[in-house]
Amino acid sequence: MKKFIAIFKARNMEFVRDRGALFWNILFPTLLVVGFAVVFSNGGESVFRVGLVGHGAPPAQLSGLEGVEFIRYDGEDVESLEIILNRLRRHQIDMVVDLERSEYYLNSEASSAPILRRLVAAPLSPASDSELIAGAAGHDSNPPAGALGFTERQIAGEPVRYVDWVVPGVLGMNMMFSCLFGVGYVLVRYRKNGVLKRLKATPVSALTFVSAQGASRLVIALTTSVFVYLATNAFLGFMMNGSYLTLLLVTVLAVICMISIGLIVSGRLKSEELAEGLINLVTFPMIILSGVFFSLEGTPQILQTLALGLPLTHFITAARAIMLDGAGLLQVMPHVATLAVMSVVFLFTSAALFRWE
Amino acid sequence: MEPIIQVCELSKRYQNVLAVDRVSFEIREGICFGLLGPNGAGKTTTIEMMEGILEPNGGQILFRGNPIDTRFKEKVGIQFQHTALPEYITVRETLQLFSAFYPHPRAMKEVIEICSLREIINRDNRKLSGGQRQRLLLALAIIPAPEVVFLDEPTTGLDPQARRNFWSLIKRVKAEGTTVILTTHYMDEAQLLCDEVAIMDHGRILELDAPQRLLDRHFSGVLIRVPAPGERFITDPTQLPSGAEIRDGAVELTTAQLDETVRRLLTMELNLDGLSIHKPNLEDLFLKLTGSSLRT
Repeated sequence: MKKFIAIFKARNMEFVRDRGALFWNILFPTLLVVGFAVVFSNGGESVFRVGLVGHGAPPAQLSGLEGVEFIRYDGEDVESLEIILNRLRRHQIDMVVDLERSEYYLNSEASSAPILRRLVAAPLSPASDSELIAGAAGHDSNPPAGALGFTERQIAGEPVRYVDWVVPGVLGMNMMFSCLFGVGYVLVRYRKNGVLKRLKATPVSALTFVSAQGASRLVIALTTSVFVYLATNAFLGFMMNGSYLTLLLVTVLAVICMISIGLIVSGRLKSEELAEGLINLVTFPMIILSGVFFSLEGTPQILQTLALGLPLTHFITAARAIMLDGAGLLQVMPHVATLAVMSVVFLFTSAALFRWE
Repeated sequence: MEPIIQVCELSKRYQNVLAVDRVSFEIREGICFGLLGPNGAGKTTTIEMMEGILEPNGGQILFRGNPIDTRFKEKVGIQFQHTALPEYITVRETLQLFSAFYPHPRAMKEVIEICSLREIINRDNRKLSGGQRQRLLLALAIIPAPEVVFLDEPTTGLDPQARRNFWSLIKRVKAEGTTVILTTHYMDEAQLLCDEVAIMDHGRILELDAPQRLLDRHFSGVLIRVPAPGERFITDPTQLPSGAEIRDGAVELTTAQLDETVRRLLTMELNLDGLSIHKPNLEDLFLKLTGSSLRT
């Protein structure tokens, strides 16, 4: 235990005194979040996103309009209406049209609501008229819906700004970099410059050494995440509807999972260049597929399936559910369980791979 | 007395190179033992197998009569040839870190005093000079209060002053009763520090004994060199005393009776300008044994 604490302390001191690492871990993500907040603060998207539930053609008044984008919620995994309405409530979409029940929903607090209401109520323009006929030809059994037949329902909810949405992503990405470089890259450097060899010559066991490194990084990653969260929150006051304890649990699991990936990368390598390449190979897919900056909604199913194999996806999805939708532990349990299983598998793999030299 | 370390038929192969070839020797407790040889002779491989860092392909190492076990690492101190120190921490913090690794570490004050680290105690490891670094590495090696200290080329790359400084540290460690095992390719260092030396080349031990005894065995007396004896002696070497040789236009002879030989030379009308009398050292012995200059 004495050995463990000594290595843990030394690694923490090394981190705190390495200004570059400190900047990368704290200042960079903070600036990134603030930057996003500034860039996306006015206007946002000019497109109205309309969610369609059930089969049938979209309302004729809306189809063919340039500024309207339809998102269809059908197919095999039809989400419950309530989940889709949640998106409306969070201003992620602007309107939901239930084609089966001939109802449409608007968010009374959204600035888009009056415009969309007027659009739906407007008499059909000649251009849309022809579309209506074309649509009708293809769907004989399902007569095209017109605004006249629709009943308006209203829901209300605080808007989710892009920055609210992106914060879990940036925190997750930062955590991933911190763990992979802070453990993976650093251990390879230690091996290359002989620090590991020197430690091998002492009575310290590999397990003690590696777990102290991991523990140090766990504390560092958590501390920096909390710091970035507090710092950005002080300026932006973003949304937190769930429990901090659940968020912490998900974060701890994700950090352990990332550290164990770092350990796998560093198990045998002696070249920092190769380690860096490998880490990039691991991190790039996660940045793109795990929904750090943009949602995978509407992308091909295969990408979404692939993304489920990445630990970062589970962290970000769970963190967003907790922060934006106020999800409880039970609701994010599938993600928690997946992260836990991944961590165990990766830790055992890394233990089998590790060599001092 | 039982030797502290016995090396029996030790071998190590790297791919197609036999780095160490069935080497055997014993080291008595409390001495300074030197492994000498040019680069690539197998010194580092041998010492790292003795340290328990490298696994031998054949042979055995005994520590106080028993094969080395897990507790061995608590009883020895090691200084590698190339070691990076942990970065961003100071000399004091490095000593504290390594002290935590051993069950009964030496008092920090003592280590600082022995290795004269007081002035640099709060300095970042990255800002140490070559000599200061080696002193810290030696300090790390003696923290466990070891029974044996292994030093792999401890003075390579140091300036003459730092080397002399380091030698006195090694002598001090030895004076405390610690057995010191060092590798070096500096023959003066070996001659000054070592009670026994093993000269290695191509993975084998060529000679093993106390430096003076090795010299006595291979050289009788001193070497006299007359660089420009005069044309007449070059063309007719028979006029020279027996045992003398002409090499590169100079007369060289080895003698055990210096006084008598010099007197004879004086009577022979040799041109004695630039005459030198040289006591053979380990370097001369090395040249004699390997037929090559030290490949440094």
